[in-house]
Amino acid sequence: MRTFLSVLTVLAAIVAFWYAACIPMNIKGVLDTAERAGFEVSPATSKERRDMGSFGLVASNSFAIAETFSQDRPRLPAPHQVVRELWNTTVMKKVTSKRSLVYHGQVTLKATLLGFVIGTGLGILLAVGIVHSRVMDMSVMPWAIVSQTIPIIALAPMIIVVLYSIGVQGILPKAIISAYLSFFPVVVGMVKGLRSPDAMQLDLLKTYSASTSQGFWKLRLPSSMPYLFTSLKIGIAASLLGAIVGELPTGAVSGLGARLLAGSYYGQTVQIWSALFAAAILAGLLVALLEVIEKTVLKRMGMSG
Amino acid sequence: MNTQTTTQAHAPQGATEAVVEAKNLDLVFPTNDGPVQALKDVNLTINKGDFVSFIGPSGCGKTTFLRVMAALEHPTGGSITVNGMSPDEARKQRAYGYVFQAAGLYPWRTIAKNIKLPLEIMGFSKAEQDKRVEQVLELVELSGFGGKYPWQLSGGMQQRASIARALAFDADILLMDEPFGALDEIVRDHLNEQLLKLWARTNKTIGFVTHSIPEAVYLSTKIVVMSPRPGRITDVIESTLPRERPLDIRDSQEFIDIAHRVREGLRAGHADD
Repeated sequence: MRTFLSVLTVLAAIVAFWYAACIPMNIKGVLDTAERAGFEVSPATSKERRDMGSFGLVASNSFAIAETFSQDRPRLPAPHQVVRELWNTTVMKKVTSKRSLVYHGQVTLKATLLGFVIGTGLGILLAVGIVHSRVMDMSVMPWAIVSQTIPIIALAPMIIVVLYSIGVQGILPKAIISAYLSFFPVVVGMVKGLRSPDAMQLDLLKTYSASTSQGFWKLRLPSSMPYLFTSLKIGIAASLLGAIVGELPTGAVSGLGARLLAGSYYGQTVQIWSALFAAAILAGLLVALLEVIEKTVLKRMGMSG
Repeated sequence: MNTQTTTQAHAPQGATEAVVEAKNLDLVFPTNDGPVQALKDVNLTINKGDFVSFIGPSGCGKTTFLRVMAALEHPTGGSITVNGMSPDEARKQRAYGYVFQAAGLYPWRTIAKNIKLPLEIMGFSKAEQDKRVEQVLELVELSGFGGKYPWQLSGGMQQRASIARALAFDADILLMDEPFGALDEIVRDHLNEQLLKLWARTNKTIGFVTHSIPEAVYLSTKIVVMSPRPGRITDVIESTLPRERPLDIRDSQEFIDIAHRVREGLRAGHADD
């Protein structure tokens, strides 16, 4: 109960800060609208106001404060505007509608999950290779690290163009970008996990003359489970990010990335923010789902702390 | 229980057959600070049914020698045979079971499944696996605990389960590297007593590394005293204690005399470094 209250307090503080930030962020827009509607504002012209600080404007036009929370296209939408937009585009819209975030969310989710499966599979395979072969350890690991230093926003269009030229389009290019981001945490985590059995455990298997593959299936793989789940949680969030980034350069018409892009074309800040929140909520749900699976599996394996 | 009656002591009938023979054994580890002589000129014969303890300070090579017997380390000079073969061949013939200081049970397996681990690897049939698990659980007095997970057992019970695991594939030699080192003394006494009973019932040959003088004297038919830098044998004591040993034998004069000789051996090893 105490922790719940503390969490609630932090949340309230964030929301309060957000509301407070809306006032100086939006004041100029509000005053411009008010001036055009014939209200008296000080200073009177937009030109004079341009050089003034936001806080000064707020101080001299306190009647406009309420308006900063209810503009159509605010610089920074207020929390309740984002919540209203989220509500209207999820619960109040049919899921087949092109304006439904549920529709766009599931488009992105499909690419995310496909990319996550590809990335995780690839990551595990690479980790197995790296752990069992010194050559792979020395040749693959540096490239895996380098691959993550390239900004994905620069790489994504190229991946899409190259794949398009060989006839691959639709969900797969997005999934590949998402796999590109999610394989890395899986490689790093699984290499650590597969190497986690100590020398004594490995010696024990040696005294049974166990083969490498017996050692892998009976000892290394089960030992790596806690590491795998940690990696999967990072990986799925990276997958979602990759899928969204994959939607940006294609001019895609559906998906959360497309929603973000369309919002920025038309200055629909409320739409951008609600798409952002939809993405964050989706990532949160995916990570929470993995956490439940992790708890169940590790408990059954007797490995939960 | 009168301990005075048995004067023909340790070896069971017809048990002079050598199981392990080491001749002029040398082992040098290459390290960053130059080579380290872990074993130097070690000569030792272990007969069938012996209970041999290796005792000495850290770095005296007692664990290394056990590992050489188990083909976990390879000597750089001299020769060693186990059952007349090289240690590597002996391992393939399942000549020995190894017990480490930590039980090392897999947390995701039940006790029974942990004991099955070597049996699965060695390809025993399912029925045979079940039969053997029952047998060895009974040997270590853990019958009925097969379905439990390691975390449900005490440290001493876990170590007994790990001994059961080493016994499961019926190796003739049991190599134990400070198996009770991490347990408290009361549990340790109890396990020592149990181990002697188990040894008497199964007639295994046991190699046992320990830091503890009373433990070595209480358990062994042969005590090998070692000293460090380089690791070598300074004394081999054939115990005159009877094979059957109640815990209170540790108060007898004979026991105290042997312990004294072990202590002397350890001190001599230290004097020249």
